[in-house]
Amino acid sequence: MRVARSYFCALITISTAAPVLFCISSETYLCGKPSVTRTATDSAVASIGWIWCKIYMTSLTINDTPYVVEIEPETPLLWVLRDTLQLTGTKYGCGAGLCGACTVHIDGMVERSCQVPIGDLDGTVVTTIEGIGSPEALTVLQQEWVAGQVAQCGYCQSGQIMQATALLRENAQPTDDDIDAAMSGNLCRCGTYPRLRAAIHAAAKRMGE
Amino acid sequence: MAVGKILRRGFLIGSAAVAGGVAFGTYRYVQPFENPLRPGSGETTLNPYVLITATGVSIVTPRAEMGQGIHTTLAALVAEELDVDWEQVTAIHGPPSETYLNASAMALGLPVSEYDDPRIRRIGAGAVRVAQKLAFGIQLTGGSPSTTDAFDRMRRAGAAARIVLTEAAGKRWGIAPILLRTEAGRVLDADGRALTYGELAEEAAQIVPPPDPPLREPAKWRLLGQTLPRLDMVPKVTGTAVYAADVKLPDLLCASVMVTPFLGGTMIGLDTNNANTFPGVRQIVSLGNAVGVIADNTWQAMNALDQIQVTWSPPEYPASTDEQLKQIGRALQSRPNSTLRDDGLADVVVEAARADGLHLVEAEYTVPYLAHATMEPMTATALFKGGRLTIWCGTQAPTLARDRAAAHVGLDPERVTINTTYMGGGFGRRSETDFTTQAAQLALAVPDIPIRMTWRREEDITHDFYRPAAIARISGAIGAGRPEAIDMRIGAPSVLAGQSNRMVGFAPPLADKLLVEGAFDQPYALPNFRVTGHVAETGIPVGVWRSVGHSYNTFFLESFIDEMAHSDALDPLAMRLTMLAPAHTPSARTLESAAAMAHWGQELPEGTAQGVAFCHCFGSSVAQVVQVSDQVGRISIDHVWCAVDVGQALDPGNIAAQIESGILFGLSAAMFGQITFADGMVAQSNFHDYEVLRIDQAPQITTRILQNNDRMGGVGEVGTPPIAPALANAIFALTGQRIRSLPMAGQVNFA
Repeated sequence: MRVARSYFCALITISTAAPVLFCISSETYLCGKPSVTRTATDSAVASIGWIWCKIYMTSLTINDTPYVVEIEPETPLLWVLRDTLQLTGTKYGCGAGLCGACTVHIDGMVERSCQVPIGDLDGTVVTTIEGIGSPEALTVLQQEWVAGQVAQCGYCQSGQIMQATALLRENAQPTDDDIDAAMSGNLCRCGTYPRLRAAIHAAAKRMGE
Repeated sequence: MAVGKILRRGFLIGSAAVAGGVAFGTYRYVQPFENPLRPGSGETTLNPYVLITATGVSIVTPRAEMGQGIHTTLAALVAEELDVDWEQVTAIHGPPSETYLNASAMALGLPVSEYDDPRIRRIGAGAVRVAQKLAFGIQLTGGSPSTTDAFDRMRRAGAAARIVLTEAAGKRWGIAPILLRTEAGRVLDADGRALTYGELAEEAAQIVPPPDPPLREPAKWRLLGQTLPRLDMVPKVTGTAVYAADVKLPDLLCASVMVTPFLGGTMIGLDTNNANTFPGVRQIVSLGNAVGVIADNTWQAMNALDQIQVTWSPPEYPASTDEQLKQIGRALQSRPNSTLRDDGLADVVVEAARADGLHLVEAEYTVPYLAHATMEPMTATALFKGGRLTIWCGTQAPTLARDRAAAHVGLDPERVTINTTYMGGGFGRRSETDFTTQAAQLALAVPDIPIRMTWRREEDITHDFYRPAAIARISGAIGAGRPEAIDMRIGAPSVLAGQSNRMVGFAPPLADKLLVEGAFDQPYALPNFRVTGHVAETGIPVGVWRSVGHSYNTFFLESFIDEMAHSDALDPLAMRLTMLAPAHTPSARTLESAAAMAHWGQELPEGTAQGVAFCHCFGSSVAQVVQVSDQVGRISIDHVWCAVDVGQALDPGNIAAQIESGILFGLSAAMFGQITFADGMVAQSNFHDYEVLRIDQAPQITTRILQNNDRMGGVGEVGTPPIAPALANAIFALTGQRIRSLPMAGQVNFA
């Protein structure tokens, strides 16, 4: 059943646009551009598939890669990232928008991915910690994070860095009060607050030079 | 201290060692443990800590990295003697093995104070080492002794490896090893010829290493004593560090569990309520005291748990916090479990002061149960395949996690592999094995399929092994400008009994030192000083929580000493110094240092005040001054100055980070932390009602590291104990309000 669903979705999406398609279900990965001979039966099947896809499929861009995700639309983005796409840099901390460990950017805005249903994200652009920098190419903020030896257990740090990245984008020279206001939704049990504050200031200084 | 007491302590240690199995003789003990490393192709192991690879050296750092930077410091111990560059070093956790057991951690449970009994402590550590090796054999991260325990052992491992590598080069070249030198992972001769460790490793592995290689003088250290870049920093800022629920395996399923809300109870009835027909749900598994759901993703598993109806056995403890605290109060009237300090005639002096109606201070203090609330809830990944079980988990006790999981699912421990991952905070919580055993049970339910288990935050808050609630009743008499007597009774459930029972099936026949640590063992010269510990049997599961007994006893004692000072218009700092200076100079120096940094005694701006507190714990001395200010009726915590004497500072930057961490962890608890019970269930569930400190309330912290103590002390826990009393004492200085119960929220309006 699931294979068939994926086939329908692939068919529709191919016929509509995307030259390269990642169609992901919990069981099936289709990749590339299948050649399809369209018949009357296929068209009928495709129509059913189109309706099905409108309910269960979400097309979105994550870290510059287009994805089509087949999953219950109420599934929070967090679990799609972690369990379906294996993008495990985004962390689960509370499931209630209280701790900030799951922070990502959606169309450039900071969001708690545990609170955003995947069904609401059709056509959006999502950035996770994996799309911010890599061990080989750290952003200025990440470099200052390393220089200031901020992380301890590290579990909240993806969320902290996503939040701080957005802060610096909006406010190039934040004060301590600005940092407090922007960062107070991101919990850290290891007490890295003084160091992450210093790292944000240091990054702002370097980026302003 | 009286001779009679030392003898009694010695006897206690002796009996503990016999109970642990010295009767078997020492032969088995002196046999070295085998090297548990199994090198892959292109790798060579020279001893249990050193694995030479094609690109550098992997150093086994067999303690849990839960944020405290221990992998970096332990790797530096080996790298220092091995002569490799820091860029060539990789830290690996290594397999669980008795080779890596932590002797010093067990010694911390011995009923002796750390500052004045080095001889007894040494004998004690030896006895425990034997007992542990024969009977317990637990590889544990806890009690802050990781660095002290490894200090000689891991440096010798590095030195021994360097010696055999040098000898291998000497053989190859036909040159006496004494004419060769080592540098940056290479052996060189006088002409500049060089061989890398990788080229020499196989030959070196055939050479018998010296049993007791000489170690470098600290003056010649290149890595130790410096702030080193943490080995785990880049993975942690890029989201690439792998925690237990980040392990990627093909065809992985996700799981979550729901344990009985009545702690310690079992399941009586289960109605799956058709949750097994929910989208994505693959299997519902009964775990005895819990139910687990395995599904395509974690969200489906967590949601399905809400639909399942379970009948649980009723709680076997009083249903409300008030009743539970009454139990502890009653325990205070019972015969003490311990009287580990009984100098002079504390009760007589107090009664005399009472009769006079003069110079007497009396108070009762209370602290609540606390959850650990690590940022990462309990998680594990597990796979049962081909009769073998593999568990990926963040654990502070890997050998125990292995043995408990094996026992639960009926496997030989040899068939269970533990892969220790990074952990999103530990604070003591991950020394328990409830969650790793659950993952094992779930994996066995779906053979050949890996499962990724993630607890809901609500599960994590409501199923902890809590920091005990505790009550202290203290009486004190003031003499001429200083305390004459303190008589202190402490009541709490026993962490020692609880955790020992869970770990090894019995409670050691020892006085419960953890119950009274932070009180009886403080280096205060006080002519009449008695501390009694009273174990309360409450039925609530309690466990180790960052700094254990110090987390409440330091609040009790240091608040009370402040009360005594104010009752006689004495300066709280000066009064402490009169008691500390004669007993323990390094401790007095920390107090002076913190006071100097904070300009203690200076004229402060209107609406500003300071408080001070001190603690000697885990072999280190730590003093803190807190400055608070009145911000239009709200109290702001502005600055904390901390002086800590760790004996020998191996990584000053990391020590400062740990002190900051300990202070902010303690502040969370002091300001907000409490677990309460209603209808037999924990009343808190997530960060909205179990609040923790956020950045906007975090004070500035200034740390100064001293090195006057003659032995190396711990750093991971020592920042925590003094912060609650230092803050309470500062608030008293500001407002005149004396805080005798925690948390402060509800009594104090924080900015």
